[in-house]
Amino acid sequence: MAEPLLDVRDLMVSFRTEEGVVRAVEGVSFALEPGEVLAIVGESGSGKSVAVGTLMGLTRSPNARFEGEARLRAARREHGGLELVGASEGKLRRVRGKDIAMIFQDPMTSLNPVQRVGDQIVEQIQAHEQVGDAEGRARAVDLLDRVGIPRAAERARSYPHEFSGGMRQRAMIAMAFSCEPRVLIADEPTTALDVTIQAQILRQIEELRERDTGVILVTHDLGVVADVADRILVMYAGRIVEQGTPDELFYDPQHPYTWGLLGSIARVDRARPKRLAAIEGLPPSLSDRPAGCHFRPRCPHAFGKCVETPALEHRAGLTPGHLDRCLLAGESKRRLREVNGEVGLGAP
Amino acid sequence: MSASLLSVEHLKQHFPVKAGVVFDRTVAHVHAVDDVSFELGEGETLGLVGESGCGKTTLSRSLMRLLEPTDGRVLFRGRDVTHASARELRPLRRQMQMVFQDPYASLNPRKRIEQIVAAPLRLHGHDKSEIGARVRELLGRVGLQAEHANRYPHEFSGGQRQRIGIARALALEPRLVVLDEPVSALDVSVQAQIVNLLDDLQEGFGLTYLFVAHDLSVVRHVSDRIAVMYLGKLMEVSPAEELYTKPIHPYTEALLAAVPVPDPRESRARERLVVSGEPPNPIDPPPGCVFHPRCEHATEVCRTVEPPLARYASGHLAACHHPRRVSASEIAAAERSPASPRSAGDGLPQLA
Repeated sequence: MAEPLLDVRDLMVSFRTEEGVVRAVEGVSFALEPGEVLAIVGESGSGKSVAVGTLMGLTRSPNARFEGEARLRAARREHGGLELVGASEGKLRRVRGKDIAMIFQDPMTSLNPVQRVGDQIVEQIQAHEQVGDAEGRARAVDLLDRVGIPRAAERARSYPHEFSGGMRQRAMIAMAFSCEPRVLIADEPTTALDVTIQAQILRQIEELRERDTGVILVTHDLGVVADVADRILVMYAGRIVEQGTPDELFYDPQHPYTWGLLGSIARVDRARPKRLAAIEGLPPSLSDRPAGCHFRPRCPHAFGKCVETPALEHRAGLTPGHLDRCLLAGESKRRLREVNGEVGLGAP
Repeated sequence: MSASLLSVEHLKQHFPVKAGVVFDRTVAHVHAVDDVSFELGEGETLGLVGESGCGKTTLSRSLMRLLEPTDGRVLFRGRDVTHASARELRPLRRQMQMVFQDPYASLNPRKRIEQIVAAPLRLHGHDKSEIGARVRELLGRVGLQAEHANRYPHEFSGGQRQRIGIARALALEPRLVVLDEPVSALDVSVQAQIVNLLDDLQEGFGLTYLFVAHDLSVVRHVSDRIAVMYLGKLMEVSPAEELYTKPIHPYTEALLAAVPVPDPRESRARERLVVSGEPPNPIDPPPGCVFHPRCEHATEVCRTVEPPLARYASGHLAACHHPRRVSASEIAAAERSPASPRSAGDGLPQLA
């Protein structure tokens, strides 16, 4: 396999607050391969956005503390790659937008409301490359055209408020792509969009795969994940609790939290069940998490050993890349996750 | 079907678009809700689905008369809501309550939970001595504890806030609850809790729900019937299960195909039907069928004549000149529904 574009090892992020230390990310490791769509799934507060924001240097603040490594091997001007966690602002600025780019959930707040869309893209190109205004403008129009904005030359002269939500998200993608980055981080890129527009944007993300770009897709929508991801990390309360391919996670899920997530989705492709298999209770507060397995208080299958922190590891009998953080035996997992013939969290 | 609790007849809600420096003049109208008719039976749940800007929220607000409808009328148990005076409206309002989408914006941050849930009771002149006990009972019904009554909204998570909004809506023992995207802002695991709670409450109090949603996944689990709306008009109204097995309108087909399925194998096997373009501007809706600019089956008739709602077997309505998945005999037996917009043509779909 080719060298990974990005190598993240034991990333930890914590913030000092008035209520104590908030440990948002607790030891996250993964590698991103070229042409891969890696999905990070989790609910609010699971640490997924903080983890990817840290890669871009967006979570830096005086009360934040970082540990671990995140090596951007795809950094073109740095020999051996750039270590993102400790990089100086200047070095970060040189790779951000050029080698690693990010798109956000809400394109309205990410675009400058008083600058024409085309000019914003030109500005981004000129920050990294020696390009004249005319050439920059031509490239901006070409980019807008490529992401499916009709009459791109005319629309490049529009302001963000003249665009619909879907078009703004396309403009963001065009901007993220202006310098052909090798790594794209997409933080809930379709959450604010209608389903028909979401389908269009997802096809766009799939096209990136063919250009060998690595995509980190942060989302809470398991439908989106099943549709486009090559590999999935499931996060809960700052930790990865399970990782594997979509087939592994959807057809042989190992962690009770994954069962709960799969069971609680209202599926468009299934007739109405009697009740959705909800996960009882709430995710723990990040400043006061239970020792051992963080999911223990909500897990009906917890037992004595769960007070120890389980390692994220490969268990016997599973496919090689499929890791999880649950101490239950494989045999009992297969039995416990069956709820009325479907996967669900069930009762103890 | 049981007796009708609510009937909506040719309801229109247009908003003027103003321009001018000194004197405002109306230059156009936004056709937010454009001649919509439907019935809601006692104890029934109707899912109302559409993309942003289709008018689903406006419709739910104008039938509650939070907006003054432009035309048409709404009957609640045979009583006219649209033309009722403020005094006549009060007893009707008790019976129609609403739960809002954003649990962060719909609760006053300066009031305690007790005050929030008790507000409708006080407004409708309930005995002060009974209010405290009633609030505690309501909190219990929605899965909160009595001691939560003294806290403020910021102390609660999104799911808990939505429970508070539901308790407030139930305070006056309404018959009809309009739920405007009640779970869209919540995490998946919490969504399931709220959907289950709404199910329990419906059974416990015999409630009728109008459940507004932006996609077709959650409504499948709560609805008896589903209405699909696009650009201010109803495209299709169907018994819930049938909409998924036999969508008749191409827009419903597109909406169904666009919802990602949380199942990798099924997702790979699925036909990739991506509808192009975006919904048109409701200030200047296209002539004929409003969906025709995005529809791959559109022909000349779709560009000129607005299709009426045709009524097929089992009460399935669809406004389309080229209906999908209906047999020749079903087309022959179809009738023009009285719920059709007044501007629609008379011609029912013809056999190809």
